[in-house]
Amino acid sequence: MQAFADLFNALDQTTSTNAKVAALTDYFQTAADPDKLWCIALFSGRRPKRAVTTTRLREWAAERAGIPLWLFEETYPIVGDLSETIALILPDATRQTNRTLSDWMEEILRLTPADEDTRKEAVLDAWDCLNTTERFLFNKLLTGGFRVGVSQKLMTRALSRATDTEEAQMAHRLMGNWTPETTTFHDLIHAQDTEADQSRPYPFYLAYGLEDAPEALGSPADWQAEWKWDGIRGQLILRGGTHFLWSRGEELITDRFPEFARSVDFLPDGTVLDGEVLAWHGDKPLPFSELQKRIGRKTVPKKLLKDAPVVLRAYDLLEDAGEDMRDKPLAERRARLEALLANIPPEAAVIPSPVVPFDDWQTLTDIRETSRDAHAEGLMLKRLGSPYLAGRKKGDWWKWKVDPLTIDAVMIYAQSGHGRRANLFTDFTFAVWNNGELVPFTKAYSGLTDAEFRKITAWVRKNTLQRFGPVRQVTPEHVFEIGFEGIMESPRHKSGVALRFPRMLRWRHDKPIQEANTLDDLKALMP
Amino acid sequence: MRADPVLTFTDRGIYCPAGDFYIDPWRPVDRALITHGHSDHSRWGHQHYMATEAAAPVMHHRLGDVSIQTTPYGAKTQIGAASVSFHPAGHIPGSAQIRIDVGGEVWVVSGDYKPEPDGLCESFELVPCHAFISECTFGLPAFKWAPQSVVAEEINAWWSANAAEGRFSLLGAYSLGKAQRLMSLLDPSIGPILTHGAVEATNEVLRAQGYPLPATTRVTGDLDVKAHAGGIVIAPPSAFGTPWAKKFGRAATGFASGWMRLRGVRRRRAADRGFVLSDHADWPGLNDTIRATGCEKVFVTHGYTEIFNQWLLSEGYDSAIVATEYTGEGADTEDIAEVD
Repeated sequence: MQAFADLFNALDQTTSTNAKVAALTDYFQTAADPDKLWCIALFSGRRPKRAVTTTRLREWAAERAGIPLWLFEETYPIVGDLSETIALILPDATRQTNRTLSDWMEEILRLTPADEDTRKEAVLDAWDCLNTTERFLFNKLLTGGFRVGVSQKLMTRALSRATDTEEAQMAHRLMGNWTPETTTFHDLIHAQDTEADQSRPYPFYLAYGLEDAPEALGSPADWQAEWKWDGIRGQLILRGGTHFLWSRGEELITDRFPEFARSVDFLPDGTVLDGEVLAWHGDKPLPFSELQKRIGRKTVPKKLLKDAPVVLRAYDLLEDAGEDMRDKPLAERRARLEALLANIPPEAAVIPSPVVPFDDWQTLTDIRETSRDAHAEGLMLKRLGSPYLAGRKKGDWWKWKVDPLTIDAVMIYAQSGHGRRANLFTDFTFAVWNNGELVPFTKAYSGLTDAEFRKITAWVRKNTLQRFGPVRQVTPEHVFEIGFEGIMESPRHKSGVALRFPRMLRWRHDKPIQEANTLDDLKALMP
Repeated sequence: MRADPVLTFTDRGIYCPAGDFYIDPWRPVDRALITHGHSDHSRWGHQHYMATEAAAPVMHHRLGDVSIQTTPYGAKTQIGAASVSFHPAGHIPGSAQIRIDVGGEVWVVSGDYKPEPDGLCESFELVPCHAFISECTFGLPAFKWAPQSVVAEEINAWWSANAAEGRFSLLGAYSLGKAQRLMSLLDPSIGPILTHGAVEATNEVLRAQGYPLPATTRVTGDLDVKAHAGGIVIAPPSAFGTPWAKKFGRAATGFASGWMRLRGVRRRRAADRGFVLSDHADWPGLNDTIRATGCEKVFVTHGYTEIFNQWLLSEGYDSAIVATEYTGEGADTEDIAEVD
C-alpha cells in the first residue's frame, strides 16, 4: 500500500499535469501487475461497492480513538471528509505491514459478505498497521468513495507511455465492462484482440462550451449545427446479434432501457451509434425529470415504461458494417447515418437527430434563441471535416448553449462544503418572496470564486440565527443572481417548483433583499 | 463569601479588578499586559504596556516608541492587590503566559502556547493554577502534530529535491515566529537561505537579542538570482504570486501551518506542499496541559471554543467560553500564519 500511498501523495501535492503524468508513469513502470490493474480500475471509476456502512465506521473509529461519538460528529464537518476524519483521529499505528494495494482490495472484497464482527476486527486491525495517508485511502476504498484529482485522460496517457502504446488505442482498451476480478493486467493492456469484448464502446468525443462569437469559427459552410438535447449521452452498440447501451460515465445501462431491444431487428450487425437518450412523447422530448425517473431504475415497471418511454436521438455513426468509422470526416459519417436510419420505424426507438440548416452565423444566432421552443438547451456546432476524437478536445466540436434563465434570490441557509471546500460555507439555500415571506426554492453551491466563498464564510459565522446540525440559518441580507437551465412544477417542493442546474451567477451586492424576485416571477419562467 | 474573581471578561479584553490592568486588550486601555508580539494580542494605542524583556524589542519594532515596562520571566511584580509574573509559553520568541495571584488565588492566561520545545523560543513552562484561560485554536481531536524533527526532515527533503532540479523553494510563513522557527529547522548545507524584507527586519531584531538564527540573505531588487540558485526563500504568503516572487521563476511553493493537517485546506492554499507545523498546542497538548495545571476552572478562548468547551464539560471540568477578539477562528483568515 505504501507505493500506492506515495503515488497518491505525489498526485495530491502537485497541480502540474506533467508531474502527475510522470508520477503515474513511474507507478505503472514499477508496480506489480495486480496492483497496476487495481490502480487503473480505481482511476477509471471502477470502485468496489461499499463494504462497511459509514455509521459503523464512525462508531468504531470514535471507540478506537477514545472519544465520544458526538465529538467525532462535530469534527467531521470541519475536516470535511469522513475517511480523512477517521484517519486523523485514530492513534498512531503500532505495527507495519507490507500488504500491497491488490492485497487490500482483496481484503475489502472479502469483507463485503462477512458478518459484522469479522468486519470490525479486520477494520480495526487494518487501521492499526497503516499510516495516516494509507488509512485515508483504505477508508476511501472501504466506503466506495475513492476519487482523486486525476482524469482518466491523464491516467491513460501515463499508461500509454509506460507501455509504449498509442494513447487513443489505450483509451479504447480501457473501455468496457471489465473489473479486476474478470481480467488481468496482461489481458487488458497487452492482448491485441480488441474484438474479444463485443460490448466494448468507443471513447466518447466531448465538446467544450463556445465562449466567443461563432464568427470566430470561420466559414459557416464548414460547419454543421444540431440541437443540443438535455438527456443522457448514450452509445448504442449492435454486435454479435445483440445490443449494448453505454452511458458517458462508461456504465452499461442496457437493462434499464428495454426500448432498444428491438433495434437489432431494424439495424444491421456491426453498427455503433452515438446520440442522446431522451424521454420522448409523440414528437417531442419530455422534461429531464421524466428521464431521471428511469435513470436510477435497474428494472423498469410497466407503468413507467409507458409514461416515460425513451428514444435515442442518434447524431453520429462510429461503426458501420463492422468498420471503425471514427477517422472519416463528419460529413461522410452523417451521410451514412442518414442512409442507415432513412426508413427506420418508430418501434426501433432510434431517431436521427436532425441537422439544423443555416446559411450564415446571424441566422444561426437567431435560431439558437428559439432553442427552448424546440425543447433543446442550445446548439451543437461540429466541423464537417472532423474525425471522431476521443475525450474532450478543443477545435472541432462546440456546445453553444442558450443563456440560462435567471432570478434574484435571498440566501437563507448555509452549509459547509466537503473536500477542498471543507471549513468553508459553500452550499446555500435560496428563497424568493411570496406574500411577504421568504420561500425556499433551490440550493446552489457553485459559481462563486474562492475569495467570495471566504468572504461569505466569515459573514455566515457572524450572522448565524440558528443551527440545525450542519445547517445554519442566517440573517436574510444577501441577494444572489441564480442561473438555471430549466424549471418544472414539483409537488415535492414547498415552492412548487424544481430547477435544473441551478448555480450562482453573481453576488448582487447592489440589491437590498426587498428587491429580490417573487415566487410569481419564478413561476412565470415555466414553459 | 468569595471575593471578586481574579479576572473578568469585558468588551475591551480580559481585566483584573484587583490590579486595574488588562491582558491583551483589543481596545485602547491605560495599562495592558501583553503575552506576545503578534498583532491580534499586542495592539496599538494603549498608554502603558508591560511585557517580557524578550518580547519588548519586537513590540517596539512594530508599535514604535511606546512605553513598555519589561520583566524577566518568572519575576513577580506587584500591581495593586495583584502579584503578576510572566512564564514562557513556547509560542514564539518572547511569548509568555501571565500568572496573576490575588490573595493566594492563582489564575493563568495562556495567550497562545505550544508545549513542544522547538529549540528557538523559550520552552513552555507549566504553571499550576486555580483557573486557566486557555486558547484552543486547534481544539479538535483531528489536530495532532508529528514531532518537530519529522517535519524538519520533510521540509529539508523537499528543499533538497527542488534544489537538485535547480528550482527555488518558496516557503510561506508569517514574518514573526513561524519564519524564524522554520529557518532554525533548515539544513544550511542544502543551499542559501533567502528572506523577504519583512521577515529579515524581524530577524535583525531577534538576532540582536541573541536568538540563534542561521545566516540569511535579504532579497533585494538587485539580488543576483543565479548566484543563489536552489535556495530557499522565506516570505509571507501574501508575497506569493506577486511581481516580487517572479524573479524566482518556476519555484516550488510550500506553506507551513497547523491547518495543513486538513487536506481540504491544504488543497485550497495555492501551494504545492503543505507542512503540518504549528506554534499552537495540538489536541493532546491542550488536554495534557489543562490537566497538568491542576486547575479547577477552565476558560476557553479563540478557536473551536464551543466544541472544546463541551468536551471539557463532558470530562468533568468546570469550563466556560470567553468571547475574545483574537483572530484565528478559521483556516482562511488573510494572515493565517500569524495565528498558527
